[in-house]
Amino acid sequence: MSSRFTDYKNLWVFIETEEGKAKNVGFELLTPGRQLADKMGEKLVAVVVGHQVEEEAKKAIAYGADEVLLVEGEEYYNYNTDAFTYALEQLVKKYQPTSVLIGATNNGRDMGPRLACRLKTGLTADCTGLDYDEEAGNMIWTRPAFGGNLMAMILCPDNRPQMGTVRPGVFKRGKMEEKREGTIIREEIHLPKEQIRVTLLERVKEVAEAVNLEEADVIVAGGRGLGSADNFSYVRELAEVFGGVVGASRAAVEAGWIPHAHQVGQTGKTVAPKLYIACGISGAIQHSAGITGSDTIIAINKDKDAPIFEIADYGIVGDLKQVIPELIKEVKKRKENE
Amino acid sequence: MNILVCVKQVPDTTEIRIDPVTNTLIRAGVPSIVNTFDAYALEVAARLKEAVGGKVTVLSMGPEQAKNALKECLAVGADEAYLFSDRVFGGSDTLATSYVLSCAIRAVEERTGEKFDLILCGKQAIDGDTGQVGPEIAEYLGYAQITYASNVVMEEGKLKVTRESDEGYDSFTGELPLLITIVKTDFEPRYPTIKSKMAAKKKEIPTLTSADIEIDTTRCGLKGSPTKVKKTYTPVREKVCVKIEEEDTKTAVLKLADLLTDSKVI
Repeated sequence: MSSRFTDYKNLWVFIETEEGKAKNVGFELLTPGRQLADKMGEKLVAVVVGHQVEEEAKKAIAYGADEVLLVEGEEYYNYNTDAFTYALEQLVKKYQPTSVLIGATNNGRDMGPRLACRLKTGLTADCTGLDYDEEAGNMIWTRPAFGGNLMAMILCPDNRPQMGTVRPGVFKRGKMEEKREGTIIREEIHLPKEQIRVTLLERVKEVAEAVNLEEADVIVAGGRGLGSADNFSYVRELAEVFGGVVGASRAAVEAGWIPHAHQVGQTGKTVAPKLYIACGISGAIQHSAGITGSDTIIAINKDKDAPIFEIADYGIVGDLKQVIPELIKEVKKRKENE
Repeated sequence: MNILVCVKQVPDTTEIRIDPVTNTLIRAGVPSIVNTFDAYALEVAARLKEAVGGKVTVLSMGPEQAKNALKECLAVGADEAYLFSDRVFGGSDTLATSYVLSCAIRAVEERTGEKFDLILCGKQAIDGDTGQVGPEIAEYLGYAQITYASNVVMEEGKLKVTRESDEGYDSFTGELPLLITIVKTDFEPRYPTIKSKMAAKKKEIPTLTSADIEIDTTRCGLKGSPTKVKKTYTPVREKVCVKIEEEDTKTAVLKLADLLTDSKVI
């Protein structure tokens, strides 16, 4: 079956950059990308598009890429649909990859469908699982549907490249091997300025520093059960004790208690920390879908029947305003005794 | 401004149940609603129209019953509605769906003799969650696009689009025509009034099939879809939670801390 596509070779991972820096998800995808490329017997190629991003290209090799296609230019400093889609389109047409993985960030989910439609091929959105069927020569894309109530395995058997966007935080970034060798191929691709139709006017930063939920080892998250914005102080304090990052459920974000950058779940971030503490989060499937990759989940909720207990490893049924201060005291004490 | 909003009728996923044996949706008793994000898109459109004048059209692809969703839209800001319904559209993936919708949009433009300046879509449908149809329509029509916008306003004759970012938000502008996908907005969609409901009821919603528009039916439905569903399954939960229920908080916390220490979490 795969013999129909003899002109197509190699697995690509798109490394999204912004302001000259690569986003984590690109490097994360090199981990499954490496395994899949080996299974296919193909090369793993990282596609790095940005402004002055040669260092990021080198990192891609250190994270496992055999080859990097590097496209640089001022117009790639910030993401814009027209320039990025054009660059990828030109590269795909020239090199003809069998498969393309793209991080499912807002920008990745902006460019992916635009590119897939231009190439008239299939794109599977927001994958949480990737595999390769050696016999048929097809990627197997696994993704949640209906808000995480159902998982679907999707194929793109008759078109190449087969494309998918993959949720950040699902795969872990590998270890950097500084001595790994690979080839960097530069391509000059520039869309005429007048064909870039959307202009970025300004970037407003609402949070003091970027909330890095995807890379956090510990996340303490608050939900509707907190009852108010002020009560997020409980969550912040507990996060501080664990050296963790503050997360939130959609309900807490929608109530305006905390900026959306903190949101975890189906419409927020998918996370996979070592420890996830859910405070006053009932555990709607949309939230649970985003945290099941966590090593340990602790739930604090006063409703003993809350669905969050179905996915938690440990749970305390109680009022978080009493439980959290006690827990902070106890954890501090044990840490001092270490 | 001539504005189009693409809407989808979806099952309310907050009330969804999956049959664990057949892995199909249990539709009985699950209400059908206008996709949440499409409702926000319609509200953005209605506000734009109030600010600068023009017309708001809604369009949907789906079965006959999707007319109910369109009626709801007519009661909360839409002036006209069109339904595109045909068996050959069934089973379409995002590429085939966006192809059908782009043909449908062209057909409406031809009927009315007016081009759309702005097309708004919800960022994604709450059943499929792909977020791909909007950008794919934009590509088919050759429109520029801005995705994941939380607001669209006119300021000094220029379109200003707010888009969420990891650290806050970005502000964009672009020349029309443009396709924009909308996330949850800071404002709620308006409620229908008895009067607006009555008026919506009276409005005729033209239903068009593949025979009424210029379309290549081999690019629709299952056979026009490059992606195929190989199988579906319900995610299994293997974990058993150690649930601590104590009268006294201190005892409960001590129990938890011991468990966490034993399993080397702390």
